[in-house]
Amino acid sequence: MARITINGKTIEVADTATILQAAKLHKIPIPTLCHHPKLTPFGGCRLCIVEVKGMPKPVTSCTTTVGNGMEITTSSPYLQELRKTVLELILSDHPNDCMICEKAGDCTLQNLAYDYGIRENRFQGERRTYAKRDNNPFVERDLEKCILCGRCVKACDEIQGVEAIDFGYRGFNSKICTSYEQDLDCEFCGQCISVCPTGALTGKLWIRKGRKDHQEEVDTICTYCGTGCTITAHVKDNEILKITSKEQTMNEGWLCVKGRFGYRFVNSPERLTRPLIKRNGAFEEASWPEALDHVAKRLVEIKAGYGADAIGGLSSARCTNEENYAFQKLIRAGIGTNNVDHCARL
Amino acid sequence: MTKNKTVVNVCMGTGGMASGGAEVLQAFRAELEAAAFPAEVKEHCLAHRVGCRGLCAKDVLVDVLTDGSVTTYQFIKPDMVPRIVTEHIIGKTPVAEWQVGEDYENFHQKQVKIVLSDCGKIDPEDPDDYHAVGGYGTARDVLTEWLPGEVIEEIKASGLRGRGGAGFPTGLKWELGRKARGDIKYIICNADEGDPGAFMDRAVIEGNPHAVIEGMIIAAYAIGAHHGYVYIRAEYPLAVERLKLAIERARRRLFLGRNIFGTTFDFDIQVKLGAGAFVCGEETALIASIEGQRGMPRPKPPFPVNKGLWQRPTVINNVETLANVPYIMRRGYQWYASHGTERSRGTKVFALTGKIKNPGLIEVPMGITLREIIEDIGGGIEGGKKLKAVQTGGPSGGCIPANMLDINVDYESLAKVGSIVGSGGMIVLDEDNCMVNMAKYFIQFTQEESCGKCVPCRIGTKRLLEIMERITKGQGKEGDLELLDTLSNSIKVTSLCGLGQTAPNPVLSTLKYFREEFEAHVRDKKCPAKVCKDLITYSIIEGACKGCGACLRACPAGAVTGEKKKPHKIDPDICIKCGACFEACKFKSVGRD
Amino acid sequence: MTNSIREIEGMEVIFIVGSNTKETHPVIANRMLKARRRGAKIIIADPRKIPMVKFCDIHLQIRPGSDIALLNSMAKVILAEGLQNDEFIGEKTEGFDAWKASIETFTPEYAEKITGVPADEIVKAARMYGSSRKAGVFYTMGITQHACGTDNVSALANLVSLTGNIGRESTGINPLRGQNNVQGASDAACLPNVYPGYQNVEDPAIRNKFEKAWGAPLSPKAGMMSTVMMNEAAAGKLKALYIMGENPIITDPNMHHTVKALENLEFLVVQDIFLTDTAKFADVVLPASCSFEKNGTFTNTERRVQRVRQAVNPPGEAREDLWIITEISKRLGLDMENSPEKIFTEYCRLWPAIAGISYARLEKRGLCWPCPAADHPGTPYLYKDGFPKGKVNFVPVSYQPPAEVCDREYPFVLTTGRNLFQYHSGSMTRRVEPIESHAGEPYVEINPFDSKNLGISSGDIIKVRSRRGEIAIKARITPRVSEGTVFIPMHYREAAANVLTIDALDPQVKIPELKVCAVALSTAGP
Repeated sequence: MARITINGKTIEVADTATILQAAKLHKIPIPTLCHHPKLTPFGGCRLCIVEVKGMPKPVTSCTTTVGNGMEITTSSPYLQELRKTVLELILSDHPNDCMICEKAGDCTLQNLAYDYGIRENRFQGERRTYAKRDNNPFVERDLEKCILCGRCVKACDEIQGVEAIDFGYRGFNSKICTSYEQDLDCEFCGQCISVCPTGALTGKLWIRKGRKDHQEEVDTICTYCGTGCTITAHVKDNEILKITSKEQTMNEGWLCVKGRFGYRFVNSPERLTRPLIKRNGAFEEASWPEALDHVAKRLVEIKAGYGADAIGGLSSARCTNEENYAFQKLIRAGIGTNNVDHCARL
Repeated sequence: MTKNKTVVNVCMGTGGMASGGAEVLQAFRAELEAAAFPAEVKEHCLAHRVGCRGLCAKDVLVDVLTDGSVTTYQFIKPDMVPRIVTEHIIGKTPVAEWQVGEDYENFHQKQVKIVLSDCGKIDPEDPDDYHAVGGYGTARDVLTEWLPGEVIEEIKASGLRGRGGAGFPTGLKWELGRKARGDIKYIICNADEGDPGAFMDRAVIEGNPHAVIEGMIIAAYAIGAHHGYVYIRAEYPLAVERLKLAIERARRRLFLGRNIFGTTFDFDIQVKLGAGAFVCGEETALIASIEGQRGMPRPKPPFPVNKGLWQRPTVINNVETLANVPYIMRRGYQWYASHGTERSRGTKVFALTGKIKNPGLIEVPMGITLREIIEDIGGGIEGGKKLKAVQTGGPSGGCIPANMLDINVDYESLAKVGSIVGSGGMIVLDEDNCMVNMAKYFIQFTQEESCGKCVPCRIGTKRLLEIMERITKGQGKEGDLELLDTLSNSIKVTSLCGLGQTAPNPVLSTLKYFREEFEAHVRDKKCPAKVCKDLITYSIIEGACKGCGACLRACPAGAVTGEKKKPHKIDPDICIKCGACFEACKFKSVGRD
Repeated sequence: MTNSIREIEGMEVIFIVGSNTKETHPVIANRMLKARRRGAKIIIADPRKIPMVKFCDIHLQIRPGSDIALLNSMAKVILAEGLQNDEFIGEKTEGFDAWKASIETFTPEYAEKITGVPADEIVKAARMYGSSRKAGVFYTMGITQHACGTDNVSALANLVSLTGNIGRESTGINPLRGQNNVQGASDAACLPNVYPGYQNVEDPAIRNKFEKAWGAPLSPKAGMMSTVMMNEAAAGKLKALYIMGENPIITDPNMHHTVKALENLEFLVVQDIFLTDTAKFADVVLPASCSFEKNGTFTNTERRVQRVRQAVNPPGEAREDLWIITEISKRLGLDMENSPEKIFTEYCRLWPAIAGISYARLEKRGLCWPCPAADHPGTPYLYKDGFPKGKVNFVPVSYQPPAEVCDREYPFVLTTGRNLFQYHSGSMTRRVEPIESHAGEPYVEINPFDSKNLGISSGDIIKVRSRRGEIAIKARITPRVSEGTVFIPMHYREAAANVLTIDALDPQVKIPELKVCAVALSTAGP
């Protein structure tokens, strides 16, 4: 443990903690852009600088480990001025189009600009513009909004092990690139989207579907493999707009291509919407009472004719526990046979 | 080498090669092989390739060593070789008119050569040559007779400091490396010399790669490393070739590899080529690059000495630093510390360039005055112009104005006036240099070489550059100088690595010493040095023009009109401000304003 | 899984057998990468160079169906080098000596002949796994979907018992469930031989308890497993089938056989969200709801019970499955609770291992069973305090070749599975536009050496034929498969892998041998 002082307040933290982690633990706000708690520290945005007594100049709190007796100042007019300069510099190379940006309302950069009251910008100059669009089917990459925080690069490498993207070029022309700047062709887990603090990375599926303010969020479980990732469905007008996952979930906020993008079947026009009864080899729409009565009648007839064991039920590993419980109870107690199984072996 | 009575040393550093050194050597060899050449002389005669000896402006330089005396020739071409051989080597009468003059003597007089002491004397590709002058013997002695701790103490006592720029005490760095916990440690030689105009490390490796290898062996032994890397830029093909050859041949003689010098110590060196990114000279970026990642710096701490290459303790020393080591170990710390000043011991190699009469590679004791370097060694300013400033430390450094010429050249003194020793670039500027333009050049360089990781360096230097561009184009605004100042200071404080932290130095130091030149650009829209094209207008001074037509013929843009014998005119809308008319006019009747 | 997913981070050695983790359980693979960053070693046994191979220390590229030879020989190496856990063997196992004698012949050299893996690689892997006391085994259908699936699992379990790598944190044996609620459906007893919570249907006392709870007489004999039901339907003995959310036409082996079975039924009810290939055979189709349209719980592969919450309403007249079941049940004279929470409460009352779980507790986060009391924190890893039957048995298993081996007529081994982008029969993912545009085409993976011999180029449409059927499919030439092996993903109805697969079953658990059958390849004629 290390005893440190932050803004005059003495606290104890693990001596492996960074200043940023220590501050966060004690709810002392420090602005960050490139930092992500699940990724290794980067130290690129320079917003999290703090003053440490005895050090000649401010240090980045995300990369500096605490030391016993450290005296730290997280906010001072000097630091605020430096941070404001950094923000102005970022904004001087950022499209000023929050009005139509997907990320508005949920954008770290936008929030920081608000916090620091940046309206006039002392630094005017060239902005990077990119004409080429990436034609991959999943991830919209608007690199003009990219602030090169490197989070996507780290997520792709450290979390997913794919290394589909990295920094390319130098100086002002630096840019996050795929190899040879081809269209993105990767596992499309979308981890990059989930860590992007600006509107640079978005799911193509949810562009122009609705921004944060107009969505309802429902926490539920992914419908695909057995990992059971906790997902958050963003819903508007009875439609799922997008899927995200929160950092504190057991899947740590990471998803795969199916979990993140595979929800659009829900709105498929091919969904069954009416019960169907086959008559003379063709399906006819039926009402619920009609269909249910028919099913019950036929089951009763067959049980009467051949015995309960001539009937079987196949349940589903995609249905809930409650449904599966009810299903086997129906087969066992309602029909009277143990002929019930599901697709565990397939 | 010594057994030959006559040795011809031909400079084949990059400078020598560019001037035809290889052909000159070839000519000497051919001549010595020729049938007419007396056999009894041939037996004791050798034409020999050597590395850079400093005064590249006079290449190809050739030394003829015969009967204990040395004669140096300058500007030698292959067709001059037969006469030297006939008259001097056979006839024993040197060719007086081709010998170097007084300035060559002056160039060397105030220099003290330690690192470069064997450069220009030995064949860089032949370890036996270096061995013959005591090389590798030092490493053998160190490995067999010294304890690692004693080596560290010796280097500490010598006062050697890192020659890459930051000046960190080398012995202390080694001590930290030795104490750092880890079973595997690395020593890296940083040969990613990238400052514009700097060629010290290149010359050392081209001239005597063995000293670097020997320095690495001693360093490795001191810290307990068994693997070494030389990170060298691929744009130094000759240095790379000689280094690889030297390593290969050192291995064959068991100076590298397992159980070197018959001891139980293993050490080998791998050469890694850099792809030309300036930032890879920064040690954490260099490490990333060796690891196969993009060369991007990471924040310190942790320092490489604790967590470096592959997360292992790693000592990174510059070429010149390591090349000093064998000499210190051979002659003792007291000898080394007797050179230089109290806090900056030893010598420093500089690449002296710019508006100087004798540009070249020099090695001077720390603490020598700038005036001695410029006036005595460099021979003063070219063309009788006036010295304006000396830029040291490259893109990370600053300018020292002419009125501070008596400053001592050492780490502390230069830092005090806002510049740095740096890796050893020294650019001399005269009255024809625009300081604003010069600062713009350096900021453009760092901007292009920024790795893009941190905001102040990536965007901040871009905005600095844009302001500088604006000023040199005559579009400077009131408040620009203040903005330059605040932005520069913010970049210095907030940038991640040394590149960004020092990038504004050229701007800040010129602003400090040459503010009036900036103000002339911003307020009067004038470039006093007449360099910034957008701020110059060329016109014919009416009364003075004789109508000779020289300017008209010289103008590539067709901006000059006029009939013969009558005054001409320059159309400012067509003029591209190349200055050709100004140069062409014999009557000083083209005005530049 | 005996471990929870989070514990993967702490493992020293991760042994993946027959699991294409990076594609079928990508987020679990992420945890494995995290473990690797912390220094864990990874061993993979798989016939294909699956994406996870990029991150492993040892890849044992075995021939399909040769797992037992590999595992037994690894056990033999561990014994030969004295790496076994004698304390664990002595205190917690039975049958060691007999089993030890049974693996006598499995030298690495002998195993090399069967598996195709160099003997020294087997030795390396055995040392790596055997010398760790914090190792986790992971497997999926690559182990189980064989005629010898039960024996494969036993061979794995023997290896685990030999080293005592079970019953501690970050140490265990972990089947990864392929579907979001396989664990839950099994727990809830959609299985023919047990009541909820794996309570034997043939035990009179237990039956009595459930008869009381459900207020109805119950059958005293175990029922049929799904694969058996299909056989019985084809044989005319099973007359009616109620299928909820399953698509056996695509997912069961030997599609022609499944078609025959369903056609032979007198009455088929299919309850689904799409008119699947199976639903087309139904007499009645009931429009159901997907997981976004209802409330309830799922139990994931680490036994974690988690809340499913309704995000949107079902389309049109589609209804929650629970409503449909209770409505049918009511018409059969059995009244059931009809809210998910009440059903769940009833379920928890009947299975002590989840007695401590409630919707209220699940509101914040899921709980891993066993969780017997309301103040119990759940159980991240199993067998901390010993095994349910006291001791674990070493089960001698011997290698047998797959049910169908290659011959001159059918010279290639076909193995099947999933890819990253599609899911199971594809009824959901194939209706997701970006997924379909990126991975919407069926393909067969062929080794470059084989393709060269056959004159096949990447992109050619070729014919793949087995004794049971034939499909036309695009060739993808890739070194991911080894020579002599081809791979077809199961998702694509237009070139369904299961037209080709064999319906040979494991004698005990009746799992089909979807991972090995013999096929022939030929360039498609004009």
